[in-house]
Amino acid sequence: MARRTPVPRIVLTSVVAWTVGLVIFFPILWMLLTSFKTELAAFSASPSFLFFHWTTENYVAVWTRSNYLEYAWNSVVISLGSTLVALAIAVPAAWSMAFSPTRRTRGILMWMLSTKMLPPVGVLVPIYLLYRDAGLLDTQLGLVIVLCLSNLPIMVWLLFNYFKDIPRDILEAARMDGATIGKEIVYILAPMAVPGIASALLLNVILAWNEAFWSLNLTSSHAAPLTAFIASYASPEGLFWAKLSAASTMAIAPILVLGWFCQKQLVRGLTFGAVK
Amino acid sequence: MGRITLEGVTKSFDDTKVIHGADLEIEDGKFVVFVGPSGCGKTTLLRLIAGLEDVSGGRILIDGKDVTRLAPAKRGLSMVFQSYALYPHMSVRRNIAFGLKMARMPKSEIERRVAHAAGILNLTDYLDRRPGQLSGGQRQRVAIGRAIVREPKGFLFDEPLSNLDAALRVQMRLEVTRLQKQLKTTAVYVTHDQVEAMTMADEIVVLQAGRIEQVGTPLELYERPANVFVAGFIGSPRMNLFEGPVAKRNGATTLGVRPEHLRVQPGDAVVADGCEAWGGTVIQAEHLGSDTFVYVDVPGIGTLDARCTGELRVQVGDTVTLLPDMHQLHRFDAQQLAMA
Ligand SMILES: Nc1ncnc2c1ncn2[C@@H]1O[C@H](COP(=O)(O)OP(=O)(O)OP(=O)(O)O)[C@@H](O)[C@H]1O
Ligand SMILES: [Mg+2]
Repeated sequence: MARRTPVPRIVLTSVVAWTVGLVIFFPILWMLLTSFKTELAAFSASPSFLFFHWTTENYVAVWTRSNYLEYAWNSVVISLGSTLVALAIAVPAAWSMAFSPTRRTRGILMWMLSTKMLPPVGVLVPIYLLYRDAGLLDTQLGLVIVLCLSNLPIMVWLLFNYFKDIPRDILEAARMDGATIGKEIVYILAPMAVPGIASALLLNVILAWNEAFWSLNLTSSHAAPLTAFIASYASPEGLFWAKLSAASTMAIAPILVLGWFCQKQLVRGLTFGAVK
Repeated sequence: MGRITLEGVTKSFDDTKVIHGADLEIEDGKFVVFVGPSGCGKTTLLRLIAGLEDVSGGRILIDGKDVTRLAPAKRGLSMVFQSYALYPHMSVRRNIAFGLKMARMPKSEIERRVAHAAGILNLTDYLDRRPGQLSGGQRQRVAIGRAIVREPKGFLFDEPLSNLDAALRVQMRLEVTRLQKQLKTTAVYVTHDQVEAMTMADEIVVLQAGRIEQVGTPLELYERPANVFVAGFIGSPRMNLFEGPVAKRNGATTLGVRPEHLRVQPGDAVVADGCEAWGGTVIQAEHLGSDTFVYVDVPGIGTLDARCTGELRVQVGDTVTLLPDMHQLHRFDAQQLAMA
């Protein structure tokens, strides 16, 4: 029989959860509100919370001044492209680490993750020079490659953790049944690991969508994604808080909607586990 | 056809040698059981035959053809795993059909074979369920169904019944044996339950610490164990094995006598010439009605275990005499090998 959780505990956890949630959400809420203010009100020293003159002029201004759709299209191509390429590499990599580990597997995994500890700025100059010589600067392909590489360790780690809970016997049974490695992955492993793969995919899309460092440094106009679009409102002619907020809201809206619809999937995948 | 031959097969994991040169000939259509204590290498040997593990040395032949470097599926063997290893996301029908689908068999033939296997195994009503919705016994049957539809040259079983309760285990034991006799397909069956081994096998292979100790029919192993290990391992309750002056008197280093070959006589007994009689005290008696197990402490030998058919009226503390059947004594030399 399931034990009832005592009421005070429910109240306490609810209060804590809501507080943390609100603290995390507040900047986004503030940005949303600011985007509907006039530039003057946005800059005011005593900002009002809800009782200001609501306006959509910032959105109109942003929409007419810059080509939102082109930036958005770049974001879509880059985040989806880098994710799919990373998935195509990470699934076989995690498969081999989970199901035919060697003495060095643990070490390789740790080493891969450790590359994420290195600040990317450390390799900016060499990568910039390589890209310049290879003609990859300001191209979608260039960003797909660099984002794929930078997210690959996380993806391999996530999938590895998911795969290693899948009973080996089942894959061996498939092998006895005549499945080649490819078919084993497609027919047996992938369907059993759907939650894990889906959450790795989502996380990667989100990370790639929000990525700013490489996007800002390796693109200028043709391949610039939404993060560059936001940045373009933070620069030359001084700060325009309201327009910056409007641009930011427009930039995060698609990924917010995606995240909202997939939150169950994300939580399930990121908390690992129960395959059986 | 399905004749499986092992020639000097060895296997090491990293630096530890797990199989030390196994030579074995498994005739077509035979039911062969691997037994041995936990960790002796039964599963490893089976997986080597299956191709799920690469050999470190030696050769494996099926019907005279060298398959040592062949992929598992190309060897024409099916395996039933201890955990069943069913595909959890597929219906029973698709589980059974998976191997045929991989072999690109025509749909109509797949359907015919699945229906046939389901008929044999009483699974017809469950074909559209997922494995998670089946009982342990049914899952076991699906695993067997998956193995038989491919009409393999041989079946490999790794302790397939160990997850079932006792009653179901007996029932499945009979079913598996019957099925194998009906299909006349070679079977290699791993277990550490020696009752399973004795009842199912045409031939038993006894393993210990990665070595094949003896190969023979169940009765051969029972009547003529090749060494002390096999003598102690085959037979239930265990054979009494002891060293000392009594063993020496009978020309052996170690002497063995099975509990069922000891007669228990209350009090002292008159001993015929050339016969042994060992007096002792009863330290425990188990009365099962059909049998009586008597544990007797014999000075100079130790505790001996005797099994008498029917009820024997003895109590703890009674003095009894044990009379061994002199034709059923097992003599082993200093190397622990059976003496002629
Ligand atoms: N993948 C592996 N890596 C290293 N050692 C292994 C591996 N698989 C098995 N072994 C070792 O090989 C030996 C034999 O193992 P195996 O699984 O064949 O035993 P078993 O006879 O099937 O035992 P059980 O009755 O407990 O199933 C054991 O000592 C085990 O520790
Ligand atoms: Mg085993």
